[in-house]
Amino acid sequence: MAKILMKGNEAIAAAAIKGGCRYFFGYPITPQNEIPEYMARELQKVGGCFVQAESELAAINMVYGAAGSGARVMTSSSSPGIALKQEGISYIAGAELPCVIVNISRGGPGLGGIQPSQGDYFQNTRGGGHGDYRTLVYAPATLQESVDLVMEAFEVADYYRNPVIISGDGMIGQMMEPVEFKEIPKRELPPKDWATDGTKGKRKPNIINSLYLDPEQLEKHNWRLKEKYDRMVQNEVRYEMYNLEQAEIVIVAYGTTSRVVKNVISILSKEGIRVGLLRPITLWPYPEKAFDEIPETIKALLSVEMSTGQMIDDIKIAANGRWPVYFYGRSGGMVPTPDAIIEKVKEILRGQR
Amino acid sequence: METIFRKTEGLTDALFHYCPGCTHGIIHRIVAETLEELDVLGKAIGVAPVGCGVLAYEYFNCDMYQAAHGRAPAVATGIKRVHPDNIVFTYQGDGDLASIGTAEIVHAAHRGEKITTIFVNNTIYGMTGGQMAPTTLIGQKATTAPYGREVAHAGYPLRIAEMLATIQGAAFVERVAVNTPANIRKAKNAIRKAFETQIKGEGFSIVEVLSTCSTNWGLTPIEALKWLEENMIPYYPLGNFRTPGR
Repeated sequence: MAKILMKGNEAIAAAAIKGGCRYFFGYPITPQNEIPEYMARELQKVGGCFVQAESELAAINMVYGAAGSGARVMTSSSSPGIALKQEGISYIAGAELPCVIVNISRGGPGLGGIQPSQGDYFQNTRGGGHGDYRTLVYAPATLQESVDLVMEAFEVADYYRNPVIISGDGMIGQMMEPVEFKEIPKRELPPKDWATDGTKGKRKPNIINSLYLDPEQLEKHNWRLKEKYDRMVQNEVRYEMYNLEQAEIVIVAYGTTSRVVKNVISILSKEGIRVGLLRPITLWPYPEKAFDEIPETIKALLSVEMSTGQMIDDIKIAANGRWPVYFYGRSGGMVPTPDAIIEKVKEILRGQR
Repeated sequence: METIFRKTEGLTDALFHYCPGCTHGIIHRIVAETLEELDVLGKAIGVAPVGCGVLAYEYFNCDMYQAAHGRAPAVATGIKRVHPDNIVFTYQGDGDLASIGTAEIVHAAHRGEKITTIFVNNTIYGMTGGQMAPTTLIGQKATTAPYGREVAHAGYPLRIAEMLATIQGAAFVERVAVNTPANIRKAKNAIRKAFETQIKGEGFSIVEVLSTCSTNWGLTPIEALKWLEENMIPYYPLGNFRTPGR
């Protein structure tokens, strides 16, 4: 199929439908409105259904109902709206239902602003919901990668019976790039014999539930979930290593910032300064094993984020004291400029050499 | 031997956890009997609330959900949109529906969502130990209204059936009580009409059921039935507020 030029939010919505999504429940919030708008236009054409919910709370609980009914279902929102969905995400994880949640994030805290931000790293990877649960988080850096990951997210969600979060920022949602809808690898998925569609008098009732009043039962449930999350850590980690050979510094960045960093790398290489990029594609599970591939030439790590420093915690855990970890970030909807990152790299090198 | 009475197929064999004298058991039974009599048990999907009804998913003999507090109508919306030919119902108390879940119930009605809600109003938070609800009567004592509900402080009790009856999408709205055999028969009749409204695709349907909580009211079961009659029905009048085509 030929490439077509699309806006990020619309490409994500189109990819969801190609990935089998037939139900979408959402609430308007900038900068993700093109997703529900696209779904409102297109889902009915494929026999699906779009409902504009009265709130993000209602939307995520509609997702709970539709996911429990066996459908491929998605919701999308932006930072403050995702915060409202967290209760429902915890229930969905607890009841082990598959769904895809898109977060086209903006600046916070509070109402914050509407410009691109990565201030939702904690919210995406740690969740705001209660209890021992995890969500798989993909952080695409381009629209092509967004399309590929959204399509795959539905397979992965069904495979693990777990919510999958697409972490984009306002830049990913609002920019235009050429995309191609390719066939994605299909996983072997068991039938959804746990879903509710009525017993028809032929089987015992199916129950979608996250309540375990007996603490021994709840603990058993939680350790079983943990085993599932461990399998995700084992099998689902994704990352990109770029230009690490002979590099002195590795910049760790994801999503939009990783693209600025690639510009930085090419500018600095012309000056004879070699910098590498470690780009997490899954923010959870975090690509800790990528840090074991960092060559001996590396003197320091630099985290570049559109936040005041959130992913840096995971970098320090993964670095485990092997390298000093520096930070450069912009917040509130400001995007780091190549010049500022270059200045930071040079400053680190002056100190390290 | 001829069977002249048997337990409805609509209930499982699980024993109810409800307190002695609580009328949840009666309401469960008439809902379950109705599903069986309408021959829709095999395509029924129910949503249990948070509150005393939280374990309803163990009692109704059909596909069931346990929903987050107040969100049952949203969950039911998700189910019904995926399975429009199934019969979807929520079973909610007054904390769940009239307090934390007002947005969800109002907008399920507003969209004319083709689901049925059984709303159990006993004027108090039972499961958490007797706190004040939006439906707690004026002067009624609760653990968070230890001197009795005062209007100046907590406002007037919320009349849900009347409120929802103002919404065009709410096709069937009726308030009933289960304090006497005659009222139980009327309640079952209303529940049947509510499910028929859904089966015919006429819109949202809700039956508000006035119920007792002898434990948290501090009354014997008999006294509680009398208290319902003398205090609740005057403030929450029984009757139909909306019927399709009327």
